[in-house]
Amino acid sequence: MTDRPIIDIRHAAKSYGPLEVLKDISLQVQKGQIVAIIGPSGSGKSTLLRAINDLDPLTAGEVWLEDTQVNKALPTRQYEAHINSVRQNIGMVFQHFNLFPHLNVRENITLAPKMLKGISNEDADELAVEQLNKVGLLDRIDYYPSQLSGGQKQRVAIARALAMKPKVMLFDEATSALDPELVEEVNLVMKQLAEEHMTMIIVTHEMGFAQDVCDRVLFMDQGVVVEEGPPEVIFKNPANDRTKNFLRKHLKGQN
Amino acid sequence: MGLDFSVVPAFAGALLLGMVWTIAITVSAAVLSFFGGIVFAVIALYSPALIRYPFRLFAWLFMGTPLLLQLFLIYFGLIQIGVDLPAFVAGVIGLGLHFAVYNSDIIQSGILAVDKGQYEGARTLGLSRMQTLRKIIVPQAVRAVIPPIGNNMIALLKDSALVSVIGVAELTLTSQMAISRTFRPFEFYVTAAACYYVINLGLEAGLRRIERRIQLAR
Ligand SMILES: Nc1ncnc2c1ncn2[C@@H]1O[C@H](COP(=O)(O)OP(=O)(O)O)[C@@H](O)[C@H]1O
Ligand SMILES: [Mg+2]
Repeated sequence: MTDRPIIDIRHAAKSYGPLEVLKDISLQVQKGQIVAIIGPSGSGKSTLLRAINDLDPLTAGEVWLEDTQVNKALPTRQYEAHINSVRQNIGMVFQHFNLFPHLNVRENITLAPKMLKGISNEDADELAVEQLNKVGLLDRIDYYPSQLSGGQKQRVAIARALAMKPKVMLFDEATSALDPELVEEVNLVMKQLAEEHMTMIIVTHEMGFAQDVCDRVLFMDQGVVVEEGPPEVIFKNPANDRTKNFLRKHLKGQN
Repeated sequence: MGLDFSVVPAFAGALLLGMVWTIAITVSAAVLSFFGGIVFAVIALYSPALIRYPFRLFAWLFMGTPLLLQLFLIYFGLIQIGVDLPAFVAGVIGLGLHFAVYNSDIIQSGILAVDKGQYEGARTLGLSRMQTLRKIIVPQAVRAVIPPIGNNMIALLKDSALVSVIGVAELTLTSQMAISRTFRPFEFYVTAAACYYVINLGLEAGLRRIERRIQLAR
């Protein structure tokens, strides 16, 4: 495909004081592509992902969502309006779910569509039903987050993000906080999204999942993309020693 | 001279009316102090310095000076600048603002204790700062601090007796009027104390109900 990428990161750099967390990273993601980002803890994976919706602003470089620059320089007030409308197109799923505990499942899903898209109560309810059906939790629509298991919480969080009909979904270690037996139900939902050709960028520690689902894998270390390629190459035949070392540690017990 | 509670029933109607006024002023001031507390907390945390610092001075005035003095100031003092408030209104404003400042402190700590992920979760959906504050942060902060706010409301009920000095015919003033007619302070003060206790029980029951209702949603 020669189309303009959905996500285009150009020479991204980020520092916290003297600490360079991202060093000149570029990444293009085409519509429907699924990209996994792997790498040791502290290598900058979350920072890169969170730069895409400007949750952690870059110190240099550009992020584009189709033909809109996400992190463009604007006066504060205009920037607020700009970023709020950009973020509606970028779904994000966090390690710790970040569901709203004071709202039930239905309200968690419908809050943003109602407030930001002005849809009616009936349409919002329909939307909640549709999204919950997708993640297999329609029977929990009136539950509060405190009444759900971790896996269920994460599936609701995915439904909440999907209800905004985003163009791309970002996952930051969506299964790392879950008990092992709850990981699979969340992976299944993500696989289903993959089959529907949702564009996804997935930061993960699960090499097996990355191998099964992703079109491309990026291996990051110390703020740089050390190596990237199709999963067959990265996992079976990595070129770089740092990649090999990392995989040796992380593929133990898998496959 | 022995105690003789048989003088009390003749004043039952007046005392009941006094109780009604005490409840009315407590509920009105409690509502004002609750919403005022939220507004003050947001101002104290998020407003620009030009508003924040004068506001702190104002908050300090309400916390650092006697409530009685504030009531006098609002009721008698404001007349001099042309603001002639009815005693009930002056009482509600004085009690309400005084406790709003205390509630604000509690709500501020509640807001700061809301998990940062809540803010991020809302902002990534596209909610603005203000929408996030209103729909996500403040509701959670308030739920978390209902018990200490409830304690303030019980203190407010007790301090409502102070508005007797500006002439609101609530329970304490009504009792004093009965005493001036009968010269039976012990009987009437004990009766008034019992009445406050009953109102207090009602208030606590109400607070427990609220806490139960929000228990799941935390
Ligand atoms: N707010 C912050 N202030 C200072 N350093 C930070 C901050 N956030 C992240 N870092 C540092 O940036 C580096 C990359 O972090 P992160 O992107 O979370 O890594 P990963 O997700 O790959 O584990 C780490 O060294 C981390 O300590
Ligand atoms: Mg991380």
